[in-house]
Amino acid sequence: MSLDKQDVEKIAHLARLAIDEKDIPNYAQNLSNILELVEQMDAVNTDDVSPMAHPTDAMQRLREDEVTETNQREQFQTVAPQVEDGLYLVPKVIE
Amino acid sequence: MHNKTIAELALGLRNGEFSSEELTRHTLARIASLDKELNSFITVSSEHALAQAKAADERLANGNADALTGIPIAQKDIFCTNGIRTSCGSNMLDNFIAPYDSTVVSKFNSAGAVMVGKTNMDEFAMGSSNETSFYGPVKNPWNTNTVPGGSSGGSAAAVAARLVPGTTGTDTGGSIRQPAALCGVTGIKPTYGRVSRYGMIAFASSLDQGGAFAQTAEDAGLILGAMSGFDERDSTSIDKPVPDYQADLNKDIKGLKIGLPKEFFSEGLDNEVARVIEAAIEEYKKLGAEIVEISLPNSGLSVPAYYVVAPAECSSNLSRFDGVRFGHRCENPDDLEDLYKRSRGEGFGAEVKRRILVGAYVLSAGYYDAYYLKAQKVRRLISEDFKQAFEKVDVILGPTTPSVAFNLGEKADDPVNMYLSDTYTIAVNMAGLPGMSVPAGFVNQLPVGLQIIGNYFEEGRLLNVAHKYQQVTDWHQRTPQGFE
Repeated sequence: MSLDKQDVEKIAHLARLAIDEKDIPNYAQNLSNILELVEQMDAVNTDDVSPMAHPTDAMQRLREDEVTETNQREQFQTVAPQVEDGLYLVPKVIE
Repeated sequence: MHNKTIAELALGLRNGEFSSEELTRHTLARIASLDKELNSFITVSSEHALAQAKAADERLANGNADALTGIPIAQKDIFCTNGIRTSCGSNMLDNFIAPYDSTVVSKFNSAGAVMVGKTNMDEFAMGSSNETSFYGPVKNPWNTNTVPGGSSGGSAAAVAARLVPGTTGTDTGGSIRQPAALCGVTGIKPTYGRVSRYGMIAFASSLDQGGAFAQTAEDAGLILGAMSGFDERDSTSIDKPVPDYQADLNKDIKGLKIGLPKEFFSEGLDNEVARVIEAAIEEYKKLGAEIVEISLPNSGLSVPAYYVVAPAECSSNLSRFDGVRFGHRCENPDDLEDLYKRSRGEGFGAEVKRRILVGAYVLSAGYYDAYYLKAQKVRRLISEDFKQAFEKVDVILGPTTPSVAFNLGEKADDPVNMYLSDTYTIAVNMAGLPGMSVPAGFVNQLPVGLQIIGNYFEEGRLLNVAHKYQQVTDWHQRTPQGFE
């Protein structure tokens, strides 16, 4: 699969990633090369193979639905870029 | 002092030959004078280390010391440390001070180890040369024009240069074994689930696993023992007791069945590296091991499948870096979308962006079956190959990497060529098996690593197999010029 400029722009938007206009051709080339590598998988037939999501096929462990963490909001917000009155600040979302 | 192993240092501390404070000051002084050239540390935590050393000396005096009490170690900068910056090698986290300790760091703290700093790494552990770090590349102490490998390049280089006797690392596709091989040190990646991932910044959650670097297998076992164990805070942690890794180190390996996968000795392997590995196999024959040729027919598909699974998981994991709750935020965003896009665009480097884009693409509507589902099926085939092999053999041996350390800049602009340097290590992560790399010789004055792969939870056997080899060879004791 070969990707062009529009493809890269579309994926970058899906990933919410700003990419410099001048770098797009380079990304398109690199991503196309990576996808070419990936497509070597097509050499093997996997029709009757069950997909493996996890190395040991372990089941998700469950626990009682109890609160185990204490509220550390103030401490967590010390590393936030912008907070006010215990809230995280972002640009206005709703007009 | 700095050439001693952890086992020797622990004895010296107990016999009162030196204190942890003296050892720590010596370690910090060596880092200050020798690491300018290597760049193996992102952060040196001198004050923190000296406070821990004093506390360790008290424990030693009181007679309640553990194996690692008072021993200087360094953490890969992917493990969160409360109060000390955790950058993950990224501009995104250049200002990030974690509000909690990772489980691994807590375990070292309880053991009384002394953390002297955080080691350099490829950005978000994505790379095989340590060149993607926001903090600049690490240099290989054996030849500073060459790369140390990656992503745990700083951890490997710091042990190779005898700056610190042991370090931690993480291995998603070879990030412990490959730099261990290129820097001539011992590295172990345990079975997936053995070491807690809590507070270990996630790259590809179904592949990431913490592990250790040291001079010897004995030391690697000491570190691994301290960091392993069940953790209810990691949903994929495995609830199985951790054996005493020192107990079976000296076990006789007469009759041990060693499998040599023919796929690991075919085209692509450097001839000189092949010769070094064959010499290592001869040593094992002398020790009484039985050599069996095996096949891992799908191992050649591990790199292609990995570059679907790992980027897919990475694109999902790294969506948490949005410029809102922590990490880099752009100046004057126009709106929320601009905030996300520019914060991420400025915070991430080129390789991380490439992988996020590949991941977003393979998971996008219409492509999921062709890429992600296909890769998960191939993953099953790779894993089944190992299952069949371990019905015939006890361990699998081969080269860790197809060649010795390459030059800085040599593969930096060619991602696919860079990815292929992990061709012998990635299959192990896909299956979730434990793997090691031990120094086995040199080609052009650069170290060669011997890879040892074991069945699930057979870390003890791997360490035994590595230790027996280190008893009859001295490759692991060689020190690069200028760092003796």
